[in-house]
Amino acid sequence: MSKIASLNELSKLKNKFGPLIQIRQENEKTIITNTDVIDNSFKIHVLACGGTGCQSSESELIVRVFQRELEKRGLANQVKVITTGCFGFCEQGPILKIHPDNVFYIQVSSKDVEEIIDEHLIKGQVVERLLYVEPIHQEKLKTDLPFYNRQLRIALRNCGLIAPEDIREYIALDGYQALGQVLTEHKPEDIIDTIKKSGLRGRGGGGFPTGVKWELTRKSAADQKFIVCNADEGDPGAFMDRSILEGDPHSVLEAMAIAGYVIGASKGYVYIRAEYPLAIKRLQIAIKEAREYGLLGGSILGSEFSFDVELKYGAGAFVCGEETALIHSIEGKRGEPTVKPPFPAENGLWGKPTSVNNVETFANIPPIILKGADWFANIGTEKSKGTKVFALAGKVNNVGLVEVPMGTTLREIIFDIGGGTKENKRFKSAQTGGPSGGCIPAHYLDIPIDYESLASIGSMMGSGGLIVMDEDDCMVNVAKFFLEFTVDESCGRCTACRVGTKRLHEILTKITEGKGTLEDLDKLERLALIIKDTSLCGLGQSAPNPILSTLEYFRDEYLAHILDKKCSAKVCSNLVEYDITDLCCGCTLCARNCPQNCISGSPRNKHVIDNNRCIKCGVCLDNCRFDAVIRK
Amino acid sequence: MTINLTINDMSVTVPEGTTILDAARSVNISIPTLCYLNLHEMKLNNKISSCRVCMVEVEGRRNLAPSCSTPVFEGMVVKTETHRAIEARRTMLELLLSDHPKSCLTCAKNLDCELQKLAAELGIREISFEGEESSYQKDASSFSIVRDPNKCIMCRRCETMCSDVQTVGVYSASGRGFQTVVKPAFDRPLIKTSCTFCGQCLAVCPTGALTEVDHVGKVWRELNNPKKTVIVQTAPAVRVALGELFGADPGTLVTGKMVSALRRLGFDMVFDTDFAADLTIMEEASEFAHRLEHGGRLPILTSCCPGWVKFFEHQFPDLLDIPSSCKSPHEMFGVVAKTFLANKMGLDPKNMVVVSIMPCVAKKYEAARPELGQKPEMPDVDIVITTRELGRMIHEAGIDFNSLPEEDFDRPLGESSGASVIFGTTGGVIEAALRTAYEWLTGETLEKVDFESLRGMEGVKEAVIPINGHNLRIAVAHGLGNARKILESIRAGECQYDAIEIMACPGGCIGGGGQPYHHGNLEILTARAAGLYKEDRSKHIRKSHENPEVLALYDEFLGEPYSEMAHKLLHTSYTARKRL
Amino acid sequence: MSCKNVIVEEKFSELEHFIDELPDKQGDLIAVLHKAQEIFGYLPEEVQLRIADKLDVPSAKVSGVVSFYSFFTMKPRGKHVVNVCTGTACYVRGAEKLLNELNKHFAIKPGETTKDGEFTLDALRCVGACGLAPVMIVDGKVYGRLKPEQVKGILANYR
Ligand SMILES: Cc1cc2nc3c(=O)[nH]c(=O)nc-3n(C[C@H](O)[C@H](O)[C@H](O)COP(=O)(O)O)c2cc1C
Ligand code: SF4
Ligand code: SF4
Ligand code: SF4
Ligand code: SF4
Ligand code: SF4
Ligand code: SF4
Ligand code: SF4
Ligand code: SF4
Ligand code: FES
Ligand code: FES
Ligand code: FES
Repeated sequence: MSKIASLNELSKLKNKFGPLIQIRQENEKTIITNTDVIDNSFKIHVLACGGTGCQSSESELIVRVFQRELEKRGLANQVKVITTGCFGFCEQGPILKIHPDNVFYIQVSSKDVEEIIDEHLIKGQVVERLLYVEPIHQEKLKTDLPFYNRQLRIALRNCGLIAPEDIREYIALDGYQALGQVLTEHKPEDIIDTIKKSGLRGRGGGGFPTGVKWELTRKSAADQKFIVCNADEGDPGAFMDRSILEGDPHSVLEAMAIAGYVIGASKGYVYIRAEYPLAIKRLQIAIKEAREYGLLGGSILGSEFSFDVELKYGAGAFVCGEETALIHSIEGKRGEPTVKPPFPAENGLWGKPTSVNNVETFANIPPIILKGADWFANIGTEKSKGTKVFALAGKVNNVGLVEVPMGTTLREIIFDIGGGTKENKRFKSAQTGGPSGGCIPAHYLDIPIDYESLASIGSMMGSGGLIVMDEDDCMVNVAKFFLEFTVDESCGRCTACRVGTKRLHEILTKITEGKGTLEDLDKLERLALIIKDTSLCGLGQSAPNPILSTLEYFRDEYLAHILDKKCSAKVCSNLVEYDITDLCCGCTLCARNCPQNCISGSPRNKHVIDNNRCIKCGVCLDNCRFDAVIRK
Repeated sequence: MTINLTINDMSVTVPEGTTILDAARSVNISIPTLCYLNLHEMKLNNKISSCRVCMVEVEGRRNLAPSCSTPVFEGMVVKTETHRAIEARRTMLELLLSDHPKSCLTCAKNLDCELQKLAAELGIREISFEGEESSYQKDASSFSIVRDPNKCIMCRRCETMCSDVQTVGVYSASGRGFQTVVKPAFDRPLIKTSCTFCGQCLAVCPTGALTEVDHVGKVWRELNNPKKTVIVQTAPAVRVALGELFGADPGTLVTGKMVSALRRLGFDMVFDTDFAADLTIMEEASEFAHRLEHGGRLPILTSCCPGWVKFFEHQFPDLLDIPSSCKSPHEMFGVVAKTFLANKMGLDPKNMVVVSIMPCVAKKYEAARPELGQKPEMPDVDIVITTRELGRMIHEAGIDFNSLPEEDFDRPLGESSGASVIFGTTGGVIEAALRTAYEWLTGETLEKVDFESLRGMEGVKEAVIPINGHNLRIAVAHGLGNARKILESIRAGECQYDAIEIMACPGGCIGGGGQPYHHGNLEILTARAAGLYKEDRSKHIRKSHENPEVLALYDEFLGEPYSEMAHKLLHTSYTARKRL
Repeated sequence: MSCKNVIVEEKFSELEHFIDELPDKQGDLIAVLHKAQEIFGYLPEEVQLRIADKLDVPSAKVSGVVSFYSFFTMKPRGKHVVNVCTGTACYVRGAEKLLNELNKHFAIKPGETTKDGEFTLDALRCVGACGLAPVMIVDGKVYGRLKPEQVKGILANYR
């Protein structure tokens, strides 16, 4: 491939590559008339999800079997099997989508492949048993799943649609057009204006206006500047950024180049977790292809602008998501944050002005440039524009990635898109913002979410983790879980967080063990507030949030642990007791397995637990086949 | 550009870039600090903002601001004494103390500890947040430094000092979260690292986490051993600092009182290391002249600082032939005492104990170097204690230091020139050497003995001295980071100097690791240096080669400077060491 | 020189070759450590010392960095590495039970290796397969929707 020398050439290529994806697009009628198109004989496209979730369920094997079986049947040149990024509907993975029929199969296994080929591809008969069953009316849906209906996919626009390892497909879908336009038609200031007007705010957690950040970095005078893409995504239970990089890496590269042009940088880094091998691989391929096409490297698209991207790997430290820590990590140091100011925009990587932006922030840039600031600004709420991707997980039916306009309510996300709680248990809380966020109670389910509203109820947007919890979750224990995380991940630099979070965790442990006092509760709250006020970086400043929000909304649970020595969710093992009910038929299984030998009873007679000796291991409960053992 | 702001309702105008802390101090508002340390002259600015005890309220800011590292801005409104700020500070201190052994009574830093002082000032009476306490092994492996990480508050001053100023890089923060602690690689005992034992880390440690190895007990034991003749010598820099421990202003000369205190402590003879400094000059100047005349390797580097010696052994093992082979003055003194003096006084050197009072902790380690003794079981110097330890002995003995009479050193190793006195400050050794070398090489009398360009706190100083139509190029470096720069230029073949003085400690020995703590006030060092220069001026002999006792020593015992005998006793060799 | 040392030397020269190719040595400490762990499986003292030497940085700095990042380990790992995800999604879906089961099964705690050197048990935070929570990862292969009872059977395949 020779390098693309102009925007014009890029547009020609776009037309040429169009047929590659044409049958996957909704407006299939638009026949491309350009004669310079690449030959495309495939009549059917089979899209197989190659996201991490589905790959974990062997979607790669499905693809291999597909290809083998197609070849056997002589269909290999008519049916094209494409590995895409995550479709978002991970709960039901592995996902397969057939075009142009637009049929969505779920939970496919390699054993289903032959049937799909023979029935669907050859005979045109949809394989009903692999369709999604809509839970309320038990209707089998081929397409138009409720999971997708309320979503608006901007950042995820290409995920599950294109082959991330084929730059041609990205180009066919307007890829690099925004960069081309920026380089040929716009001044950096115009782009800053556009981004500012669009209202785009950083999706990495802070919500800082992206246009302003670029402007500040542009204004800092220096011989060299840098663009850094923050792909650290350490929030446990969140996988938005990784999915974007796995499913649509070029959108991030394109945006980084745009940002580089705007601030005056010729070098960009993607700081990515080493635990993300698939995203790394796809990025590497994408960078290589982009260089070959002249979309990265020297004189991009024939302009005077040069920009290249290098990958830097994290090594398992959550705090490295914090921008100053991230910068130190790139510099080969311990990932400890430093005080701001100075901000990276003035004094960043190697002391040079640096703009650190999140993956999802970048993914929004090309559409904003192509469709205009107004288009974007029309989506969302007054202060939070556009959409937000959430990693919906926990006790919810449809775990997955969802992208919704800002202002959508939690209820819509959890119940309409997420299909409600698992096993219809009582919804208790939604946790947003990961270890920095808070636990939102049921009575705020109808709050339209945006940066401000979440903050006003003691949580935060964070990077987009959204964990659903039900009646079986103990909120004290949840707070303790998050504190354990922060204690583990604190960089250890400042007193407030190094010692403070440890003390918070100790008090929580005391409470969950039934040893807490009201005075402890008071100390917990006091210390939490002071840590927020005094910590050096965002990690410590937000670490108390899970405690403060649960104290605010679930104080009764704390009090029950302290005063009644009860854990109503029956999670805190010191506070539960095991008992054997009349359902016991005296099979002796529990007694034989109890590590403490504290269950007595003769065969065929009801057994009894000696709770003084019981260590609450739960073995009896797990063993009893007659549901006779209960926790109380 | 200046910035106007308000602190506690007072208007303050300060230059742009000033921190809230400095702005507050400029109007006499004090804010407590622990981790912060700005030693401007040493190029050490520990602004890591880790302790969080300096928090203040800034209007419009969501959280409290660390005053030590937050720059002021126009129109800023700061409140330093609000309930919120004070509560936060107290809590930070309580948190620190919750993971701290509260063993002040037996701590080497008792009454000289910044943490303790702050706890007293803030009136901490109880610690609300108790919990797990860290427990680390104490490292007492070396002869110089005790590390007790349990008392570490993670201010990282030592790390900054050792890495940025000294460029030795012994310490790094290690681990993460509650387990984070500052330590050498792989938790090695200091003895197994490249530590130079300069003691600069402990000079800045605010707590008892880094302290000198205490040899006071050993000294008492020897003093009380009737079989032993205990001889003491005092380094130049001690006499301008010891007084500080008894309330005197920094730089006050207390030589006479010090001598009389030492006699009262029971030392059999009290001598002056200055004498040996003159001796060192004789040898070093001869070696320099010898190298000049015989086309030996130049530049020549001074070798009287053991911290510096260990530094180049680890870091520049390929350049061991460059430093002078002279032993340091107190080692020269030790060997002279156990040979010449022993002979003269009819003492068995085996029954002599040589104690050095030094501003230095590296000399504790140096005294134990096996090659610095006539036999392994007979080191040149037996025990080294620091200025601080001497202060403790005087306190312990109940001596009222300030009312002591002024006494003079014993003879014959008690006379010294002004040249030797200034050994205690950066630039002093080379200035002393020049006074002698000049006269030797030119055969003329040096009228102006003060080499002003070699004085002061500049990191690297230089001077060009015309001698015999040849321009001698002289440099002075103090602080090992500056030393490194010079050595690297030598290694690269770019060095233009003929003679270079190097001292490991910034400021030289007046800023040694064994001196009374400066607690961040470097004016103390300047005052000590001034004290030494004053003493120099007041001496009637100001050149080492005019010291009659030194000349007598050569006459009676050593022969010529740089003679075979001198070589055997007064010179040493170096060992290439690994960098760890 | 024993055969083992030859192998170790080969590994060292592979590492040194990697370092020689780097454009900016000091800034690439973390990349070097990644590579070294890939080559040696872990980062023992001697490897860190070599890296310090080669990159011309104090060894305290190297070990300070190694000890900061949980991805780096100074202990050799077992033949198989068993990870349990303890991310939030897995936590609320019962990761703790999985971990307890594994603790019991191997009689070791997370971060430890079985005496026979076969298995290392560890916990990590979110592998991005939250849809399958709770998950266990053995040598990179993800097992999802796990019940504690299933653990034994899966591990039997690795014996
Ligand atoms: C403890 C901590 C962890 C963070 N982790 C991430 C992360 O994983 N990804 C991210 O993009 N931003 C993270 N951030 C926010 C970054 O510091 C920074 O604000 C962001 O990358 C800026 O990009 P944006 O403006 O596009 O959001 C984290 C912040 C803190 C305090
Ligand atoms: S708040 Fe925590 S993570 Fe942040 S600097 Fe302080 S110790 Fe490190
Ligand atoms: S919980 Fe464990 S210890 Fe208690 S009775 Fe059941 S099996 Fe025995
Ligand atoms: S296992 Fe269940 S049924 Fe059997 S003895 Fe125990 S409680 Fe009774
Ligand atoms: S370090 Fe300070 S506070 Fe700690 S025990 Fe010693 S004197 Fe007391
Ligand atoms: S300060 Fe208090 S605790 Fe310490 S010795 Fe005096 S009275 Fe006792
Ligand atoms: S004594 Fe000197 S070299 Fe040794 S650790 Fe302290 S500062 Fe570093
Ligand atoms: S050892 Fe001393 S100087 Fe070093 S970090 Fe600890 S308290 Fe600070
Ligand atoms: S400069 Fe003086 S005090 Fe410092 S190490 Fe050298 S000899 Fe000791
Ligand atoms: S990974 Fe396949 S749908 Fe998310
Ligand atoms: S003195 Fe300011 S944070 Fe320590
Ligand atoms: S939390 Fe376990 S895979 Fe995401």
